[in-house]
Amino acid sequence: MTMTSEPSGLPARKFRERYPLLALILQRLGLSAVLLLAVSVLIFAGVEALPGDFATTYLGQSATPQAVENIRSQLGLDRPVTTRYFEWLGNALQGDFGTSWASRNSVSEQIGNRLGNSLFLAFFAALVSVPLAIALGMVSVHFRNRVPDKVINVISLAAISLPEFFIGYLLILFFAVNLGIATFPATVFEGMSFLDRLKAIALPAATLVLVVLAHMMRMTRAAILSVMSSAYMETAELKGLGAFRAIVKHAAPNAIAPIVNVVALNLAYLVVGVVVVEVVFVYPGMGQYMVDAVTVRDMPVVQACGLIFAAFYILLNMLADIIAIVANPRLRHPR
Amino acid sequence: MRLRDIPVTAWIGIAGIALAFIFAIFAPWLAPHGESEIVAGVWEPMGDTYLLGTDNLGRDLLSRVIYGARTTLFVALAATIISFSLGILLSFTAAVSRGIIDTVFSRFNDLMMSIPTLIFALVVLAVLPQNLLILILVMGVLDSTRVYRLGRAVALDVAVMEFVEAAKLRGEGRLWIIFREILPNTLSPLLAEFGLRFAFSILFLSTLSFLGLGIQPPAADWGGMVKDNKDGIIFGIPAALVPGGAIAALAICVNLVVDWLLKRTSSLKGGRGDA
Repeated sequence: MTMTSEPSGLPARKFRERYPLLALILQRLGLSAVLLLAVSVLIFAGVEALPGDFATTYLGQSATPQAVENIRSQLGLDRPVTTRYFEWLGNALQGDFGTSWASRNSVSEQIGNRLGNSLFLAFFAALVSVPLAIALGMVSVHFRNRVPDKVINVISLAAISLPEFFIGYLLILFFAVNLGIATFPATVFEGMSFLDRLKAIALPAATLVLVVLAHMMRMTRAAILSVMSSAYMETAELKGLGAFRAIVKHAAPNAIAPIVNVVALNLAYLVVGVVVVEVVFVYPGMGQYMVDAVTVRDMPVVQACGLIFAAFYILLNMLADIIAIVANPRLRHPR
Repeated sequence: MRLRDIPVTAWIGIAGIALAFIFAIFAPWLAPHGESEIVAGVWEPMGDTYLLGTDNLGRDLLSRVIYGARTTLFVALAATIISFSLGILLSFTAAVSRGIIDTVFSRFNDLMMSIPTLIFALVVLAVLPQNLLILILVMGVLDSTRVYRLGRAVALDVAVMEFVEAAKLRGEGRLWIIFREILPNTLSPLLAEFGLRFAFSILFLSTLSFLGLGIQPPAADWGGMVKDNKDGIIFGIPAALVPGGAIAALAICVNLVVDWLLKRTSSLKGGRGDA
């Protein structure tokens, strides 16, 4: 096992023996950093390797050889890939993602405005969906194989199959058009009061909740069930432990790790769900910015957004890992 | 297995999938109007002449849904088959050879999976030229990462069995072991996974088309039809919900069948029958 975030040799082993948990967490952090670096290579250099010349696409119909050459040198595309990659990475680490090809604006500035909006939306969606999913999962385990469980099972199976945009437009048609109690499109701007903002994101947040709720609930149910049907729970039952004590002392500590894992995985899914929901509700967030950039092939914006989305995804997965390790000592000794 | 043992929900699923395939195969005979033929005014309501109304350009919505089944099913199925063949081949190779091949494949797979599929697709599609073949390939390759993960886990379980050992000892090649020893013994969970990937492909394709990056007009496909008709929603015109509903119905049907297949495999394994 190699460690990326500590000195090698004897001191490292000592450190690992004295603080095994800390060492493991540091290892996970280091791994995520390496992963993120690899992803940045994939997003930048991998994309370069694909066929399709930016300059030609950029110019479209008026692509004379001379014009193509001009644009290539103007955008700096005539320099070697490695130079450009390290320059891009160095600037990105300092928070500078270059200028957009389409609008000539600073990408970082745009992202600064939009990232906040997207996080705001995702945060409130998570705030509602996480407790709801865990509660529903528990209800469904409690009534296992009886009517409430079956109803929840069928509904959640249907909900998993619904595309995000279908749920979104259904909600718009019902709540914004027919009942007129919600706003569409979900416009937010600077200086908007907090309550107005909440009102604007009510429908998009509800859509996101519906999208992740079913997944999260089904996974929670499976996680709790696998704990409840394990041998030690049977032992607890057989030795006459009350249901409540058995759950608090035996089931809960073992169920925390899988449930937290489920939550983190679904929050990571939320990051992606945001993209479609933002387009549906014309919400000025990262997702819409990225989709617009993809349609006009504005590479600096696409790469920046891709990297940020991937970073959040990796971060949440890493958090799930670390929480699982802290909660369940057995995971500290990998086979 | 007898037909009677198949639960009602699975029958509904099978019927729905069959209906979609009938639409797809016999579209020119079933559709009352042409795929991109303008027959009436914009967004006519549902009625006798136009069963589901007309769309944003005055094309018959029912005809377009029927033709759309063709594109959507074909592309989703092709992408699923590619992702499945690729994922299974690579994962079984990794599980049989172990060592350096396994490590390299698996680390690379982890790397691919650390970028959300939709985001990855957006980045790649921003560079690549827009055409059907590339779309199918991108969808297939990106989705094969999930197949790989499951395939490797399943194959590792089987690869340590005595009959695989026996095959190795009598000197069978790697391909024989993959296709004649491991594949038949992992078919059941893989079948369920195929359904799951197919449902995902349908939703993924529809999402890409909805974002304007999937199938290009004037070809009808369900995701693109939602995009075409979305502006009507604010005026209370539900035209966008018709293709949306078709996507949802098909995905639900596939999931119903998968649910049954999964239950069957888990009960075959002799678990307590809970999950």
